[in-house]
Order: sequence, then C-alpha cells, then structure tokens
Amino acid sequence: MRRFSWFNATSLTLGFAFLYLPMVILVIYSFNASKLVTVWAGFSTKWYAELIRNEAFLDAAWVTLRVAVFSSTLATILGTMAAYVLVRANRFPGRTLFSGMIYAPLVMPEVITGLSLLLLFIGIGLDRGVLTIVLAHTTFSMCYVSVVVSSRLTSFDKSLEEAAQDLGCSPFDAFRLVTLPIIAPAVISGWLLAFTLSLDDLVIASFAAGPSSTTLPIKIFSAVRLGVSPEINALSTIMIAIVTVGVISASLISKRAAVRQEAETRNAERG
Amino acid sequence: MTQTVFAPWNDPDAKPLIEFKGVTKAFGDFVAIDDLSLDIFEQEFFALLGPSGCGKTTMMRMLAGFESVTSGSILLAGKDIGPVPPNKRAVNMMFQSYALFPHLTIWDNIAFGLRRGNASKDEIANRVEDMLRLTRLTKFARRKPHQISGGQRQRVALARSLAKAPKLLLLDEPLGALDKKLRQDTQFELMDIQEKTGTTFVIVTHDQEEAMTVASRVAVMDEGKLIQVSTPDVIYEAPNSVYVADFIGDVNIIEGAAAQEGESVSISWAEGQPPIRARSTRSLTPGQKVHFAIRPEKLSITAERPAEAANAVTGKVLDIAYLGNISTYHVELPSGDVLKAQSANTRRIARRSFTWEDTVWLSWTETAGVVLEQ
Repeated sequence: MRRFSWFNATSLTLGFAFLYLPMVILVIYSFNASKLVTVWAGFSTKWYAELIRNEAFLDAAWVTLRVAVFSSTLATILGTMAAYVLVRANRFPGRTLFSGMIYAPLVMPEVITGLSLLLLFIGIGLDRGVLTIVLAHTTFSMCYVSVVVSSRLTSFDKSLEEAAQDLGCSPFDAFRLVTLPIIAPAVISGWLLAFTLSLDDLVIASFAAGPSSTTLPIKIFSAVRLGVSPEINALSTIMIAIVTVGVISASLISKRAAVRQEAETRNAERG
Repeated sequence: MTQTVFAPWNDPDAKPLIEFKGVTKAFGDFVAIDDLSLDIFEQEFFALLGPSGCGKTTMMRMLAGFESVTSGSILLAGKDIGPVPPNKRAVNMMFQSYALFPHLTIWDNIAFGLRRGNASKDEIANRVEDMLRLTRLTKFARRKPHQISGGQRQRVALARSLAKAPKLLLLDEPLGALDKKLRQDTQFELMDIQEKTGTTFVIVTHDQEEAMTVASRVAVMDEGKLIQVSTPDVIYEAPNSVYVADFIGDVNIIEGAAAQEGESVSISWAEGQPPIRARSTRSLTPGQKVHFAIRPEKLSITAERPAEAANAVTGKVLDIAYLGNISTYHVELPSGDVLKAQSANTRRIARRSFTWEDTVWLSWTETAGVVLEQ
C-alpha cells in the first residue's frame, strides 16, 4: 500500500477540480431562485417546473431523441457490416484503401462533413428535416461503430464461425446465430457511442437541420446566444444526470458480469 | 478365409471412404500439399502425423471444406466434394480450440447441428441425451462452456461433432490442450467412442505417441508429402526412411557402406570396427551408402562380450538418463560415435549394474535394426 502523500492528493484534487468544477457550478445554479444566473438567491426547483412547460424545448428534445435512436441504429447496422467485411473478407484489391477510408470521417473536420452533406441534400433536392439529420448523423457515427466492432472482431476466434458452418449453418446463419450474440456487447457499446454522439452534435446538425426540426443542442446554443437562462442550467443538469446514471450502470453491469464469469471459470477448473 | 483383423487397406476389393487424387494445395507461391494421393477406409482411425507446417492441418481443412483444392480432387464415398460447401458436407470437425459456443449451454451446443437439419424436437432431445451419456456429461448439460473444466470441454466438443452422426469425423489436435495424464485417459476414451459409433475418424497430431496409441493407420507427413502410410507397428519397426525413423521415437542411426549377400547385409561403418550384420530384402549395389537404424531398446547392454551376438561393440558409459521405468545409457564408442541403449529398470536403482565411465558391451541381433537407403 502506498503512503498518503501531499503531492498525490494535490494532483488528484487539481485534476478533478479542472474536470468537474464547471459542471458543479452549473448544477448548483440550476437550483437558483433568482432569474439572474450569477446571483444566488436561495434554493428553488422552479426552473425545472418552467422547463417542463416550455414546448419549444420539449419539441427539440423529442426531435433529438428520435434522431439519436434512428441514426445510431442505422449506424450500428452499417458500421457492423463494414467492420465484418473488412476484418473477415479475404484479400481483395484495394482492401487497405477501404479500411483506411472508413476511418477518414473520424479525423475530418465536422464543418466540412456538415457542409458536404448540406451540398448533397440540396443537390438531390432533399428537404431538410428530421430525415436529413438522421442521415447526417448516421454518416459520421457509423465509422465510430465500425472501429469498436472491428476491434472486437479481430480478437474473435474464427473457428467458432467455422464450427457453426461445419454443423450446417450457411455463412449468414453462422453470423446471426454465433458471431452476433458473441460480439453483442461491442455492438451495443457501438450503438451507445453513436447515440451519445448524435445527442451531443451541434455542428453537423446545424447544417442538416431545417426550420421545422431543431435538435436540443441547436436550441440550447441559440438560446444561450440571447443570454444564459436558469432554464438552460436545469436542462443541462438533467442531461448530466442521465449520462451519469447511464455510464455508471453500464460499467457496473459489465464489471459484475466479468467478475461472475471469472469466478465460475475458476470453480470449473478446480472442480 | 475369414478376416479377423481389421485391415481394409490390404483388401484390393475394399472401397475407400475418402480418396485424395493428386491433390495439390498452394497458398500463393507456397505449396502446402504437393500432388498427394491417399485412400482412407470406412471405420478407420486414421492419423496424420508430422511437424508443424507439414500440411496436415491443410489436408483436414480441405476435407472439412474450409480450404479449396488447387488441383486434383477429393472424393467422399465416391463423390467429388470439391464444390460442396462446408455446411452441406457429411463431415464434422472437432476443432483444436474446441470452438464451443460460449453463449450457449452444453445442451444447446450439442443440439446446435441437429437444429440445422429438419429433425423434430423429440429426436433432437433424444440424440442430445445419447451424446451426453456417451461422453458422461449429463450432469453438466445446463452449464455454459466456461463453467466446466478443460477435459469436460474437450468431451463437449466431441459430443457436438458426433451428434449429427457424420460419415467422417475430423479431429484437429483434439488432446493438445490437456495435461499428460488426462490426455492418456482421453486417448482410450476416444478409441472406445470410435469403436462404439463406428465412425471414421481422421486425427491430426504432432504427438507421435498419440498417433501410435489411437490410430489404425498412421501417415507420416513432411513438407506437403506423405512419407510413409502404414500401421503403427510397421511405422515403428520398419520405417521406410531416416526421416520416419527419426520422427517416430528414439533411434540410433549409423551411416556406412553396404555389401549384400542374399538377404544379409554387412555394413562397414568405422575403421577398426567389425561391420554391422543386418538383413534387407531390398537389393543394394555393392558399396552403396546406407543408414542403419536401430531402436535403443533393441540394444542389450552387458559387462562382458556376449558369446553369440551377431553384432557387438564396446564403449564407455557417457551419460545415464533415468526415467523411472527405464534408463537410457549413452555409450561412446572408440570411434567417437555415441549409441543410445535402453534397459528396463527391473531392479532398484541402488543395484544398477553400470555407472558412468564403465566399459560395457552393446549387442544386437541381425534382425533388430533396419537398413535404410535414404
């Protein structure tokens, strides 16, 4: 066991303060009774009540949620398919180029992705709305899914698929019945990643969104430009809470599963 | 004449189950299997034996359908299986890593192949129960693969590959992951199951002891070619080449020039040493360079020169390897050659007759060794 040292304690405090102080302040001010964001006037939850009555925010939240669910699902399907082919397929001409190209959107500036999508939508005459945001989000989050899934697939024992085929499965059935259930955790975390990316995105959404379809980040951003209101603080606090609960429960579930599996394996070897 | 011994390979009328006909498999420039022809018969327990990279696994994967044949053809029960995909072949494989499906229970693992056919629920259940009984896994049916031990996993893999009652079962290093004691027990279990089910087994292994124990015939491979295909005793007692003699078990190899008289051969191998007297049915040209191979256990080790030995040489004990049941003596001859001789430790070690630096005689009969041309 390491002894307590002032140096370690200071580094830890500084690091965490740097990360979480802004958020803590935001959470505190969301319970502020005053309308002025920077003046503390006692505890109140009225901004949360206000928020629920604000139709514009609720609409934006609903659009964001729909976009996130559809785009992350689509991105997961496409990303998994791409990852599968790039990891599994035998050499074909241009394979290295393809696998490099699938990661390119990761490093592409969002403004450029957004602008090119906008040009495409105008070019093919697609009216901007929920559909175009879904397509745009699918485009950029699919490569994240593909990275997550392909890293799982490279460590996947290929003989499992061969065994499935040997026992009578067509290649598609082998994928459906054996590969997919086993790589499911990676696919799910790919979906979650795509989902959060879509929830967070401001730049690409503002290119792809139309007047009738505003996502929450766009709404918050434009509201903040007119002045920060305590309502925004309340909204942000809710989002922080959702993300925190999600992340903690996901990591608890996977850790508990890992611990149980390890214990069972140990018992089996001993028995 | 009634045939009591199982030896269809000696019967010219027997129809082979598998025929390799001039099969070549190349990966780019690398030739893994080189123009290979081989017949395997029904109910055989056939072992493909060789060092890693000799092409034995490639042969098995071609049988399973995971590798295509570059040229030549493979026939299963008289039909070319080249164009048949793996899921349509009446061949099942037990993988080296077992490849058990981690998300399914033992029961579902075994039922997996049966569910792909059009068997009814009851038929599947009966068959799975049979397989569980055969491999003594009934207790573990509801567990997942990570909840059972390595030996049990090996039996699940076997049960799963046997469940569909394949014409041919392929086993890729099936016992490689087990420790030695468990491996020996499992070898006999495998033989027992093979006999009970009457399935043709083809096993790939690099462990010569395993191949000798389980197989009815062994094919020794090297660099994509079959070097010798025969029963274990012939492979051991009458190897056809230095490679086979050296690969299977321990052997002393002495090089010399042959002189033949009928079936008896004398080999002059060192200055001042009497020529080795051996037998060979092959005709050798006088003075031809040959290798004389003799197993260490066929040399007897004595303190005095035995009176009636066909061959006897003297030397000094250089080293003794004590293995419990037997000891191997390394004896250095005056010519500098070292011969290995084995003797069973029938007496306690304290009463051993020879020790380091002792002068001893090694002797053997005319028929104890083999004369090899290559």
